[in-house]
Amino acid sequence: MNWIQVGNLEDIPRQGSRVVKTATGEIALFRSVDDQVFALNNRCPHKGGPLSQGIVHGKRVTCPLHSWVIDLESGEAISPDSGCAHRLEVRVAHGELFLEAEAGVCKA
Amino acid sequence: MEQDKKRLVVVGNGMAGIRTIEELLKMSADEFDITVFGAEPQPNYNRILLSPVLSGEMPFQDTVLNDWNWYEENHITLHTGKTVTKIDRMRCTVETEDGIVVPYDRLLIATGSNPIMLPVPGIDLPGVIGYRSIADVEQMLAAAQPGKRAVVIGGGLLGLEAANGLSLRGMEVSVVHLCEWPMERQLDKVGGGLLKEALEKRGLKFYLSRQTDAILGETAVTGLRFKDGEEIAADLVVMSAGIRPNIALAKSAGIHCERGIMVSDTMQTYDPKIYAVGECVQHRGQTYGLVAPLFEQAKVAANHLAQYGRMRYEGSSVSTKLKVTGIDLFSAGDFNPVAGDDELLLQDAARGVYKKLVLRDNKLRGAVMYGDTVDGPWYFQMMRDGTDVSEMREHLLFGQMHLGDSGHGAGASVANMPDTAEICGCNGVCKGSIVDAIVDKKLFTLDEVRAHTKASASCGSCTGLVEAILANTLGGDYSAKPSKKPICACTEHAHQDMYKTIRARGLKSIPELMQALEWKTADGCHVCRPALNYYLLAAWPGEYVDDSRSRFINERVHANIQKNGTYSVIPRIWGGVTSPAQLRAIAEIAERHEVPTVHITGGQRIGLYGITKENLPKMWAELVEAGFVSGHAYGKSLRTVKTCVGSEWCRFGTQDSTGLGIMVEQMTWGSWTPHKFKIAVSGCPRNCAEATIKDFGIVCVDSGYEIHVGGNGGVKVRVTDFLCKVSSEAEVLEYCGAFMQLYREDAHYLDRTAPWIERVGLPFVKRHIVDDAEGRAELYARFLKSQQYSQDDPWKERAEGKEAHEFTALATIV
Ligand SMILES: Cc1cc2nc3c(=O)[nH]c(=O)nc-3n(C[C@H](O)[C@H](O)[C@H](O)COP(=O)(O)OP(=O)(O)OC[C@H]3O[C@@H](n4cnc5c(N)ncnc54)[C@H](O)[C@@H]3O)c2cc1C
Ligand code: SF4
Ligand code: SF4
Ligand code: FES
Repeated sequence: MNWIQVGNLEDIPRQGSRVVKTATGEIALFRSVDDQVFALNNRCPHKGGPLSQGIVHGKRVTCPLHSWVIDLESGEAISPDSGCAHRLEVRVAHGELFLEAEAGVCKA
Repeated sequence: MEQDKKRLVVVGNGMAGIRTIEELLKMSADEFDITVFGAEPQPNYNRILLSPVLSGEMPFQDTVLNDWNWYEENHITLHTGKTVTKIDRMRCTVETEDGIVVPYDRLLIATGSNPIMLPVPGIDLPGVIGYRSIADVEQMLAAAQPGKRAVVIGGGLLGLEAANGLSLRGMEVSVVHLCEWPMERQLDKVGGGLLKEALEKRGLKFYLSRQTDAILGETAVTGLRFKDGEEIAADLVVMSAGIRPNIALAKSAGIHCERGIMVSDTMQTYDPKIYAVGECVQHRGQTYGLVAPLFEQAKVAANHLAQYGRMRYEGSSVSTKLKVTGIDLFSAGDFNPVAGDDELLLQDAARGVYKKLVLRDNKLRGAVMYGDTVDGPWYFQMMRDGTDVSEMREHLLFGQMHLGDSGHGAGASVANMPDTAEICGCNGVCKGSIVDAIVDKKLFTLDEVRAHTKASASCGSCTGLVEAILANTLGGDYSAKPSKKPICACTEHAHQDMYKTIRARGLKSIPELMQALEWKTADGCHVCRPALNYYLLAAWPGEYVDDSRSRFINERVHANIQKNGTYSVIPRIWGGVTSPAQLRAIAEIAERHEVPTVHITGGQRIGLYGITKENLPKMWAELVEAGFVSGHAYGKSLRTVKTCVGSEWCRFGTQDSTGLGIMVEQMTWGSWTPHKFKIAVSGCPRNCAEATIKDFGIVCVDSGYEIHVGGNGGVKVRVTDFLCKVSSEAEVLEYCGAFMQLYREDAHYLDRTAPWIERVGLPFVKRHIVDDAEGRAELYARFLKSQQYSQDDPWKERAEGKEAHEFTALATIV
């Protein structure tokens, strides 16, 4: 496992999200209103909706397809729904974003 | 202005007459100066509920349907205790017994009916009473001392209710009936037998197959003699041997009558200025004695009085329930089988249940139920729909619950009913309307449901069903406190006053608003943020900066997300008119991008489906290059203006519907609204553009343009309400802009125009758009002002690089 730099905090809008593409699927990075960053698989546990396209509020994102609400810290769906979008480790250092992943990076 | 109003006079302050007025006020609040004459001294009360008053289960006040205030609030002149004795059709006036003369432009006769008083000796003796009015009930109660004897002549619905009521008051009651069993018009022999037994257990005595010869007594009733000579004692005789339409007044005015006052399908008598509704009329050979058909008549009469001229009354089928607490009985249709019919029977003496269904050609023709009537409305619905029941025949008798996986009691059987199942027969309310009202209007109690839908507000026999629907729809919330419902869990504030609060307090951004109104979360949620963003946008055009983070994805990226996460792209095609050059451009772009599906949409445009997000800006750039703008097919905004070819090509066309549609679309495109907004223009009343199921529909006619509003073609179809007619294209534009602006300022976010209009009422819209020219001009001006800022093509901006981060990945890890 490596910490791979994928961009800067400023690249993600507040209450917004950007996608990192990997060989095994997309990862969604979210930035909350208070500038915390979270990473989840960009697949809703319900029917695979792209979570990166949802509305970010607090430490949660609402899936654009059928409005499941996913907790950004754990990746778990908020009850009564259940399922997990699997959280990944992400760090912000000096305004730069590092994602824990297996290989090197090539900027989009 | 006041003098110009037409005068409507109503004779008969009863259930059918006043219901007609209610329907009329709903459609057209100030078309008429209305005067009502009623022979009874009370305001309109619910005659159906006289039996509970008689039995002591309900006080009279609870039966009043329209109290004195109602007449006053609606500016209705009411004369109670006044009997109209003359109609002068030459001068168009009516005159009362005591000489009041009132002129009319339209007259509505709703005089109801009278109990038939048998022509036997002694019928005029004190103590012989008909059963029709609260005065009759009061007379009966005065006579009803415990231990005294009452005889009810007539074992029909009314007679049995009277008998039961008097018996509950402690009288010794006998029922005299001509036939072998009671309620023979609603029940077969077995059902009638069960009913008789149950009533006998409650202390009633039956004299069946008996005919009354005379009522005995010198100064007051003392007894009764049958044809066979037997005599019985009585202190009170209630005549309940049927009703006779009250046509004396109409007849004396020379209006054609047979058994009842003859009316056409538009509820007009032979004198076209005179309408008639209720038990006094005869329509296609039928007279009616239950309220459900009368209420249908009322709707039709009101529709014609308001000059909509659309509806026809085509007769009704009726079902009956007996309102004797503790006895469940239901009957509908033709329950006496003829040769070739099938009869399905279920008889369970121990449980006291009897059901009979009559089938003809695999369709239900009739039903009699005793003891267990839960499925009555379901059978009645299938009967009226002509449903083929061959598939479910073996389970049919066991009721609807047995069709699915059963076991949840009455609640579940309600859940299984289709939305179209009629729940309240009196007011013609089906399950869907009740559920919608509960959900949309946030209703929590039976009274609220009654107030909003009228379900269970008349005879009350569907109360149990309505309660089950409430419980079922609300789940655990049933009977919680009613209140203005908060937008979401982040706040106590409701949608209601958000727009006004924002304007009044000068709130200009979401964070500012959340702070001022004490939001409970830091930055709201996916429910409140889009709503607030909309309200702010509508309140401060040109000033408020749209917050893309508070937009649903479709509106944020200006394309519709599809189920696999790709998007659709639908360029605007003005008024549905395109050209070879445009088609070629779209074709080439579609080919270049290998678009998997090209589809002609319902809104007369071309949809390109299966576009990946990264590809959107590129495709837009090409479309913009070819002269297209966004079709906003993804937004809570103006969608399309659908048109027909109108006078340019169509042999029926009366106006240039296509050209007008394009003008309307150019004025309205790009506007944000509480929910999506669709417009159509048809060139003539054949209405090929389906304008009467749009939010704003224009139907061209020879003399101008009819404007229709509040239609919806979605999950629940709603036909538009007719708003008004205008004579020029410029007026169409003004009314359209003003209507959209009123909707933008008044409706809740995510309200379509249809539920909005149902909530605020058409008169509200008329008041602002039709009656108030100044207000309309202001609304229109505000609409145009906000349009100055909303007609920048979002596709062009994004093709030029705006919000590029939306469309590109942050990084790719290999
Ligand atoms: C005890 C009882 C129980 C019933 N139960 C049921 C039931 O369970 N279900 C059901 O569907 N139906 C029931 N009905 C029938 C229902 O009440 C009638 O169908 C309905 O009230 C008829 O409405 P209407 O407007 O035609 O007549 P009404 O409601 O009788 O109104 C007519 C009014 O016109 C007035 N009037 C007559 N002539 C004149 C005149 N010349 N000038 C001024 N005023 C005049 C009368 O005084 C009366 O107030 C019941 C009726 C009764 C009496
Ligand atoms: S609505 Fe009338 S004018 Fe338009 S196409 Fe149909 S028939 Fe012709
Ligand atoms: S009708 Fe249903 S399936 Fe078809 S486009 Fe509309 S929402 Fe989708
Ligand atoms: S796919 Fe996310 S809610 Fe359905």
